[in-house]
Amino acid sequence: MTASAPSPSPTPLSPAETQALDQALAHWQAEPGGLLPALHVLQDELGFIPPATLPALAQAFGLSRAEVHGVITYYHHFRQTPPAHHCLGLCQAEACQARGARALTQQAQDLLQCTLGHTRSDHHWQLEAVSCLGLCASGPALMLDGTLHAQVDAQRLQALLAAVPTPPMESSS
Amino acid sequence: MSTVTVYVPRDSAARALGADAVATAVLQETRQRGQHIHLVRNSSRGLFWLEPLVEVQVGARRLAYGPVQAQDVAALLDSGMLEGGQHPLALGSIEDHPYLQQQERLTFARMGITDPLSLSDYAAHEGWRGLHQALDRTPQQIVQEVLDSGLRGRGGAGFPAGIKWKTVLDAPGSQKYIVVNADEGDSGTFADRMVLEGDPFLLIEGMIIAALAVGATQGYVYIRSEYPDAVAVMEQAAQLARKAGYLGPDILGSGRSFDLQVRKAAGAYVCGEETALLESLEGKRGIVRAKPPLPALRGLFGQPTVINNVLTLAAVPFILARGAQAYAHFGQGRSRGTLPFQLAGNLRQGGLVEKAFGVTLRQLVQDFGGGTASGRPIRAIQVGGPLGAYLPISLLDTPMDYEALSAVGGTLGHGGVVVFDESVHMAQQAHYAFTFCAQESCGKCTPCRIGSARGAELIETLLAHPQQAAQHSVLLRDLCNTLLQASLCAMGGMTPFPVLSALNHFPQDFHLPAESFPAP
Ligand SMILES: Cc1cc2nc3c(=O)[nH]c(=O)nc-3n(C[C@H](O)[C@H](O)[C@H](O)COP(=O)(O)O)c2cc1C
Ligand code: SF4
Ligand code: FES
Repeated sequence: MTASAPSPSPTPLSPAETQALDQALAHWQAEPGGLLPALHVLQDELGFIPPATLPALAQAFGLSRAEVHGVITYYHHFRQTPPAHHCLGLCQAEACQARGARALTQQAQDLLQCTLGHTRSDHHWQLEAVSCLGLCASGPALMLDGTLHAQVDAQRLQALLAAVPTPPMESSS
Repeated sequence: MSTVTVYVPRDSAARALGADAVATAVLQETRQRGQHIHLVRNSSRGLFWLEPLVEVQVGARRLAYGPVQAQDVAALLDSGMLEGGQHPLALGSIEDHPYLQQQERLTFARMGITDPLSLSDYAAHEGWRGLHQALDRTPQQIVQEVLDSGLRGRGGAGFPAGIKWKTVLDAPGSQKYIVVNADEGDSGTFADRMVLEGDPFLLIEGMIIAALAVGATQGYVYIRSEYPDAVAVMEQAAQLARKAGYLGPDILGSGRSFDLQVRKAAGAYVCGEETALLESLEGKRGIVRAKPPLPALRGLFGQPTVINNVLTLAAVPFILARGAQAYAHFGQGRSRGTLPFQLAGNLRQGGLVEKAFGVTLRQLVQDFGGGTASGRPIRAIQVGGPLGAYLPISLLDTPMDYEALSAVGGTLGHGGVVVFDESVHMAQQAHYAFTFCAQESCGKCTPCRIGSARGAELIETLLAHPQQAAQHSVLLRDLCNTLLQASLCAMGGMTPFPVLSALNHFPQDFHLPAESFPAP
């Protein structure tokens, strides 16, 4: 086994985290190259990959914690902090640019009071840049809480966002 | 009244335009009216400006209506849609639509017609014929058929598939792999997605044939995480194929064994590069490997590996079923067969157009695409994804084949065609190309990792100081040269394509004042 730094006192896992970890490992520990799929299970179940699961992951796959950390941080998809309540992913790639994605992004930032690539301070919204959703003949495209929408113009964006109950922002941010 | 079959696509682009709500409305409204229908969630025809496209089976014909929204359904039924009644959204027999009539759909022959997860639909539409042919042949014969077809890799590099397969066949190794590159990271492309979601057994058939050809027993389909529907459909299709005996220890009683696993990527563009993809499949960071060794000799877990794009493998069943010549008959020069072009961006009629190589850009964007959606003139067309060149309208008559595109400083890539109207700011597009490269670089080599960030800064400086534009353009070209020559893979090596093409064909945009360049 790879040597790793002396472990700090381990953070206890919540029951949900323990369950997700067990599920991930039961399925993928013995599979060649199983680390990525195991990370996907964790993120699908919990919304993110809790740093407290790293020691167990490292041990299960015979890696150092630093190596597991390296894998998680390399990929844009994985996150180590809980997601906001709602997530809007806006396609920023060329085919959508050609149909007004830049203006749509500006509008979304204004409506949600949140800059692209960030999470609002009240944790209600996160606004993500995505690069192509495969809807390039019907841009601009976006993903709102896991659901795809295509041919989204200003009016439609407003309607989509208005349908998500959003508390007003404190003026502090 | 007898039961009428109604089709509402399940393709994610159709769903993103409201197909699920349409399907629900069709079920509810017909139930209320006491009409009996059989609802099929088919694949998409790829005429995306008409999605959601509803089809009704009337006699031998499929009569289409589109684009349909849920609130249109009641009126459509009132107009007798189930008998093919007239309505402003009626399109007539869809198979006679010129957009389809003028294509050569070999790979996409079933697209829009069948239920993607119906094994009986697949078999009834020529499915598994290539596999049956392959089961009767030696590995050498299968490889020869693919060689003779002239099929080249559809993922971007255009490497002859038969040569790759022969290398793997001849390589010693106790365990060989088939890896499908379904990372489809190129913006402006969606043909892989359509196959994964819309005709998954086609890809499975292509994989099994490849496995028989090279002696592989295990396959992986590496699908980008942005395509959750594709992952779900492929997993279900693999299960169905396994139950029916197409996958597993004894393929259709032949004594040959092959199985596959679907793996989800994690949002890194560079993991579409084949060696980075293999690293990622091995559970590591997706860093590009130096070549040699070729993946064909030492690929996944160090074993001989065929890695092919979705469209490459999806072309194979036709080649085995109808013969190499039937495929090679299409195309021109060293570009044989057909390419599923993806018409995207600012077009009136965006969609999937499978044509023989040699079709001109003009035919694609004007005849099929119908010009811009905005109604303003076309100004630039990016062909071949984010690493492809921006072509001006003076190059509209360029024939689409691998050689012709490289002759104009571009690439055919994965067949994406992204149209921009005259509102485009080409310095901004060049800036985006560098930013994208900086963001997605795997970091292994300096020109790509650092040079891309410098390139973006340089364009910002250039626009801020138009009086020194000439001097900065020289620097920009120098930087592009370094990237072209000193990058380990095409990420850094081809980022100069969009940049230089913008600079060469649209120099005036690099002299525009900075205010005209919106903050990225
Ligand atoms: C940065 C980069 C990204 C790539 N992305 C993809 C991709 O998303 N899909 C793909 O099939 N090939 C992609 N390729 C090409 C692959 O490296 C490789 O050529 C291909 O998988 C080989 O299969 P083929 O011969 O069937 O085309 C990419 C290459 C580079 C350099
Ligand atoms: S060119 Fe860029 S992506 Fe390719 S190996 Fe070098 S740093 Fe990595
Ligand atoms: S470029 Fe936006 S969906 Fe493909």
